[in-house]
Formats: sequence, C-alpha cells, structure tokens
Amino acid sequence: MLRGTPFHPRTAALCQAHNWRRWAGCIVAGSYELLHDREYFAIRTAAALIDVSPLYKYHVTGPDAELFLNRLIPRDVARCAVHQVLYTPWCDQAGKIIDDGTLSRLDTDAFRLTAAEPNLRWLQDVAAGLDVTIGDITEALAALALQGPASREILKRISDVPLDDLGFFRLTHARVAGIPATISRTGYTGDLGYELWVEAAQAVALWDGLVEAGAAYGLIPAGILALDVARIEAGLPLLDVDYIPANKALIEERKSSPFELDLGWTVKLDKGPFVGRQALAAENERGPEWQFQGLEIEWDSIERLYAEAGLPPGLPATAWRTSVPVYSGGEQVGYATSGCWSPILKQYIALAHLRSAWAAPGTRLEMEVTVEHRRKRAEARVVKKPFYDPPRKRAVETAP
Amino acid sequence: MSKRYDAVLVGAGHNGLVCAAYLARTGLSVLVVERREVVGGAAATEELFPGFRFDSCAHRLGHLDPRVVSDLGLGGHGLKVRRPDLAVLAALPGGDHLAIWRDPQKTAEEIRRHSPDDAARWSRFGAAMAPAVRFRGHVAVATPPELPPAASRDLLAFMELGLRLRRTGRREMTEIMRVLPMSADELLDEWFESEPLQGLLAALGVSGLFLGPRAAGTAYLLLGGLSPDAEVLRPTELVTGGMGRFTEALAGAALANGARIRTGVEIERIRTAEGRVTGVVLSNGEEIDAARVVSNADPKRTFLGLVDPTELDPDFVRKVKNIRTRGAFAKVHLALAELPRFDGATGRPELLEGLIRICPSLDYLEHAYDDAKYGGVSRSPYLEAVIPSLTDPTLAPPGQHAMSVYVQYAPYELKEGSWDADRREALGDRVVGTLSEYAPGLDGAILDRHVSTPADLEDVYGLTGGCASHGEMALDQLFFMRPVPECAQYRTPIRDLYLCGAGTHPGGGVSGTAGYNAAREVLRAGKRAK
Repeated sequence: MLRGTPFHPRTAALCQAHNWRRWAGCIVAGSYELLHDREYFAIRTAAALIDVSPLYKYHVTGPDAELFLNRLIPRDVARCAVHQVLYTPWCDQAGKIIDDGTLSRLDTDAFRLTAAEPNLRWLQDVAAGLDVTIGDITEALAALALQGPASREILKRISDVPLDDLGFFRLTHARVAGIPATISRTGYTGDLGYELWVEAAQAVALWDGLVEAGAAYGLIPAGILALDVARIEAGLPLLDVDYIPANKALIEERKSSPFELDLGWTVKLDKGPFVGRQALAAENERGPEWQFQGLEIEWDSIERLYAEAGLPPGLPATAWRTSVPVYSGGEQVGYATSGCWSPILKQYIALAHLRSAWAAPGTRLEMEVTVEHRRKRAEARVVKKPFYDPPRKRAVETAP
Repeated sequence: MSKRYDAVLVGAGHNGLVCAAYLARTGLSVLVVERREVVGGAAATEELFPGFRFDSCAHRLGHLDPRVVSDLGLGGHGLKVRRPDLAVLAALPGGDHLAIWRDPQKTAEEIRRHSPDDAARWSRFGAAMAPAVRFRGHVAVATPPELPPAASRDLLAFMELGLRLRRTGRREMTEIMRVLPMSADELLDEWFESEPLQGLLAALGVSGLFLGPRAAGTAYLLLGGLSPDAEVLRPTELVTGGMGRFTEALAGAALANGARIRTGVEIERIRTAEGRVTGVVLSNGEEIDAARVVSNADPKRTFLGLVDPTELDPDFVRKVKNIRTRGAFAKVHLALAELPRFDGATGRPELLEGLIRICPSLDYLEHAYDDAKYGGVSRSPYLEAVIPSLTDPTLAPPGQHAMSVYVQYAPYELKEGSWDADRREALGDRVVGTLSEYAPGLDGAILDRHVSTPADLEDVYGLTGGCASHGEMALDQLFFMRPVPECAQYRTPIRDLYLCGAGTHPGGGVSGTAGYNAAREVLRAGKRAK
C-alpha cells in the first residue's frame, strides 16, 4: 500500500477522478478532475495548489555544512547567501548527474536539500571526514506549491511577512494562516509561485488556510499532470524521464553530465574541489557530445501528416514521457524525452537530447510521430528553452 | 625546512621501514615519520616494567621475507632470527601436552601418543599441502594484477599465475582450488582425528581473524602456517633480543642507505592538489614537500584520516569504510618471578622455547569465537604465549622472566559498554586464570601485569579497530581485492600516494613482503615517469 502525503486527507476528498499517481513511494493526485486542463489554466492564469510533499528532503547542519555541500554540488555554495535558494544537479566522480533539486540556505550552517530520489547514503559518503549532520526529513516536512499569477496576492493575505520584495529563489520564514512555515519563491512551473515548507502535522491546516484565502482568486488544487505540462513549457528536466540518474543507469550511454542536460551554467569549475570536477573540466574542454534543447514541432507538418491519413490533426492530450527519435535527413541525431501541446503557447513542444552538431537553435530537424499506426516524421525546429517565460516569474513588486 | 623529499613514509612499522630502505637504496631521498618515540610500530620491544622488556604487540615473525634479509643486509644490522627446535607446544588439560618439533619424525612420535593414525598422516599431510603452500608463497611475493586486466602487464601476470597453478599438476591444481576456500575445520577433518592436533592447527587458520575455524576461507590462512618442506609446520621465528631488534635492524638499513627517520612527530595530513600528492603536514604544523608519499598506516586511517576527503571519489570512500577491521585479539604481558610450571613441562625448559599454545581442540576455538561473535570476551580464550627471556637473558632480570600472551578472542566492539579500566583488568584476570589451569601457581609468580585491549592497540599503534592485519585476512579482502581493488597494486586513486602496510597484499604478519612489493611498484612507476 503506497502511503499518502500529509495533505492526503484533503487531496483524497477532492480527487474526483481517482487519478492517483505514484511519486517516490507516495500517491499523489494526477488530476483532480477527469481532465487536467482547468488545473493547468489555474497555474497559468490564477493560482493552483500542488502537493509536492513526496520530494526527498534533507536537513544539513554543522560547521562543515558549507564545505560538504560545496563538495557535493557543482554550484558555489559559498556564494549562496542566507535565505537564498540554488537550483543544482549533483554528480558522481565521472561527472554524471545523480539527481537534482534545490538547496536552501536556512542559516550560515544550516541547509535544506531536495531530491527526486533517496540520496542519504550518497550524501553520507560525500560527507566522509566532515563535521556535518545530515537528517532525512522527507516525511517530517510537508511541501505545498502555490503557483500562478495570483499566488503572491493570496499568500500576502494570510502571511505575517512582506512578500513583495521576496526575490526569485529567495526564502523567508513566516506564519501562514497562523502556521509557522518557510516560504521559498521557487517552483516547477516556470511561473510566479511559491513553495511552502511546513511540519507534517500542520499540513492540513495550512492547506485549509490557503484554500480559504485563495477562493476569491480562483485558486484550485492541481495534480501532477497539469504540473508536467507547465514544467515542459518551463523547460525543466525531470529525473527518470529526461535523464537517468548515474547510479541507476545500466550502461554508460544512459548517463548525462550537466553540460549534456543544458545545466552547464551550474558548473563552477574554479570554485575548488567537488565530486566530478576533473571529469567535468575535461568535458568542458572538449565540449559536450549531447545537448538538451527545446523542439517546436511545426503545426503545418502535423496537419499534413494527419491529412494524408484522412484525419484532422491529432495532438497529445497529456504530456508524454517516452523516448521519441529525432532525425536530420535520414540520420537519427537525437531523441525527445518529454513533449506536450502547450495550451498557452498554442504550440506542440518537446524536450530533446540532440547531438551537439544538430543542437543550435534554428536547426531544422524531424521528430517521429505516429499517425494511424504508421511512423511518420514531422518537421521540427530547435529553440531555446524555456518555451514560456513570463516576466512575473522573476519580477519583484516595488512597493507603491 | 624547505627540503623536498622524493618519498615520505607515513609510519615506521616494519613494512614502512622495508619500503624506505629499498627506496633509499636506489638513491631517492627518503623521510620516515613515526608518531611514536620508538620505531617498529606493532613490531617493537619495550620496557613495560623496569628490567623487563616485552614484544609489545607482535611477538614472532611471520614468514620473514628472505629477500629483505639479504638485500638489506639485516644480519649486519644486528638481526638474529632464532628458529627453535620446538615450534609449538600445545598445553592440554590434565597435564598433557602436544609438541610440534621441526623434525617431522620427532613430531610424529609425539602425535602417536594422541593418535597413531594422525602420526602416520603427519608427513603425508605436509606433502599433500606443499603444492598449495608453494603456490601461496608465489602469490605472496607478486604484485596482484588488476582485474579486469587494465594493461598487458596485468594480463601477463594473470597468465603467469595460471600457468604456475597448472604446472603444479592436474591433481594438485584441483586440490589447491578445492582447499583455498574451505574452512579449517573441513580441511582438518579430512586428515586428523585427534582433538589436540586439530586445535593446534586450526588456530593457524583464525589467527588475528574475527572468524571461527568453521568459517570459509580459514583453510587459506591455515596454509600460511605450513611449510612447503618436510617439517610440515612453518618453523617458529623469534628475534633474539625481541621483535624490536628486527625493526631496529631495518631502521639501521634504511639509515645506512641515506634515509632519514623522525620519531615522536605525527603526520597530520597528506597534502594534495588536483588529485596528486604534494607533501605532508606534521602535527607541529611543519609542512614537508614530497614527490610521493607511501603510507604504512592502514587504508582506513590513510584515506579516512589523512587525505582530504574532497580528493576521493565517494564510492571509493564507501569501499574503504567497508573494509572489515574487526579487532579480535588482546595482549597480556607478565613479569614473572620464575619460569611458569606448565604441567608436563616442568624441568624441561626446552619445551617452552617456542610458542606455547592453549587451544586444546577445534571446538574450544569455535566456542571461544561464539562468545566473541555476540560481543563478549571468550570465556576460555585461545592463547599463544612466548617466554623469550628463556633464551635471551637481556629481557628480564636474572632468574626472572618476561612472558607475552596473545589473546583471542577479545572483540574490539563489545556488546555492552566499551573497553575501560575495569574491563581491561577483567580481561587480564581471565587470561591469567586460563593460563593457571595449565600452569598451576602462575598467579603467585606474577610481579607485574600489562594488558593491551583492542582499544589500546588502536590507540597506541594506530590499528583501526584493533585489527593487526590492517583489514581482516578474509577471502574477499585478499590478493587483487586487498585492501580494495583500486589499491591492490599499492597505488591509490591519488597520484603519487602509495600504500605499503599490512592492509595491502599479502597482508598481516611480520614478513616485510608488503613493504618490499610496494617499493617495487613505487620504483616501477618512477621508471615509467622517466
């Protein structure tokens, strides 16, 4: 029996579709309604509540906490201010990604790290010889994402701290609906949004407070199907879908380095030693073999392929997460790992691993589509990620 | 102090000194740094009570590498190895004993008192085991090849090993492959019926090991105690003047070849940059530059204590952490007013010149392990004692004696509590009590007593977990897996950092072979670099 999250008493009552999905040993709502469309539009046009409690969470404290994390991740933790949050992957000694998540600096010597997979053993291995304590707080801490353009206004109504100047990837401690919580301006939607971190026992009360405050703003709960569309639009990679963690890959070819996942910007080669640095320095020197890019699939091409079969154009109803070949001429030059119809952009988009020679934005490629049981190739164009990047995502409200 | 050494050795244990002497001999500038005031590490002789000198940890050699003795001219540096006619005296309950002599005929006669069949088999056992013992000897002196073979050299080494095995003959080869992973119990049951003989031999298979004689792989260790020659059992090798004379001779050879030895100062850190060694930092803050560092410290201490952890792959660190170093023994030193009166050996001091072993049967040993397995000290421990003052009067005042007792099993990890003063004294009492059962009146002859618990052995000699072999000599921690596959060729993942201690192949025992092999690999790498 998979366990529910701390929000389960509320989410279970709301999940009309009984569309439960497994996430890290928990069940979470795939969609609350039969179709996830309304939930998606809540994220993009109002506000949505997304239960992200299954994330693995680690509390890292001790005099060597910064040293340890700087050893673990390729980003420079020394440059992470207190109350700042870093998005980061982390790698094995060969420079291949094991997992990715966010690192919050709660205090000089206290951090919180999120991960998609259990990482305690790896963290402890990396901590060998260092004066640091690593606690697995996955179940003790509930996490709730409040995402969408109205999220700030909703949160402001029930928080006891000013939020207008809380910058992108910053956090603050507050009482939300009277409940002590950490608010970080982070999320997996690429929109204005927050994530609230709260003691598991207080999760339901926090949920109720937000639902009440958000009613006037069109706040509804959203499941992970809607979240999946939003994260593809935001160009954010997903473990096990867009990359295989190095410690689970059966063969070398399945592993990805940060450079191959378009995360080269997280790799600070000159910050001092960290796990995988030598391999990453060498890769940086020769350039990555693969790149992770956006693809826009041409509407006209889709329309033509379906017309040939006597059908109107068909589009995926939900985000897909299978490996789909990408071609240039007759040659396969890559594969897409996530794709969806973007309702807000009115565009069929995908995230693809492409050999570097075919990865430049503007490159014209073809992606396989199956039309009436037959494999066809639709025209596609390499584009920069994110596909959707509203200014409100980063904007700070200046007080009037 | 800006001198840069070609090699700095961490620790002046016997392997470190052997390695230092060989490196210095080729003209390299070598510095050995030892945290204790005396050299020798676990092979030292110390005056624990005024007038009484003891081999404070190891009390006998363990197949001393003849290459080391001749290459380094240890005889010229004062080494005298004594191989007494009597190898082992097993003291038995009820006043009986079983003596193993170097002369197999004499031994067979002795065994006959316990079992005529066993007596008839004694020499045949030696002859049957000889191919395996010889093969084990060949393996010991070689650098383990990398697995899977990384270079043609490794492939050749593998083929050479295979060929050597094949050349022993079809039947012999099969027998070697069959015996190596066996338990001492299974092997001995195939040959002998008398309990005293089984017990005496089984002890060879568990020496220093946190396993009982019914554990797989103990036959392999047992073979290490056998001789490929007619005498069956490897002769007991004692050092005249104490084990310290051996390491002093090694230090003498190292110094004569130009090495420098500093004692009383500890290496606090092995300095590295970009994955390679740059030198060492001493506990007094002094920094010494070095082209390479060779660590005689055990692998755990080296990688988990001396090297910047950020230089190491966390996967590698995990493997090092997982090296089993479960201490199994303790040492008790007794200053005696008179020679102990072992039942059946009174008036025959020649019977006490070798090793005195208390392990009357294989079951006795297994029961001793049963206690330890669950975190207790053996109620009836396996003991091995030496009284070197019997043949070397410099070790004790006239008429008095210095006796060292090796005690197994005394687990490092206790089920309840930790090693403190009370438990140390209780251990001493138990050892004296056990000995008194075989040597009545011993208690009254004790002038002074010194007990080293496994925790003391860790503190004093830096033996992680109190494990003298720097990593248990179990099947999965031998040869190309010793200490971990990444370091089996004495090199380490950090460039110019080498291991040379008992944690590397061929492992524990005072033989010097690990130090010899390590020096060979260091020099080979040096040649390649040119």
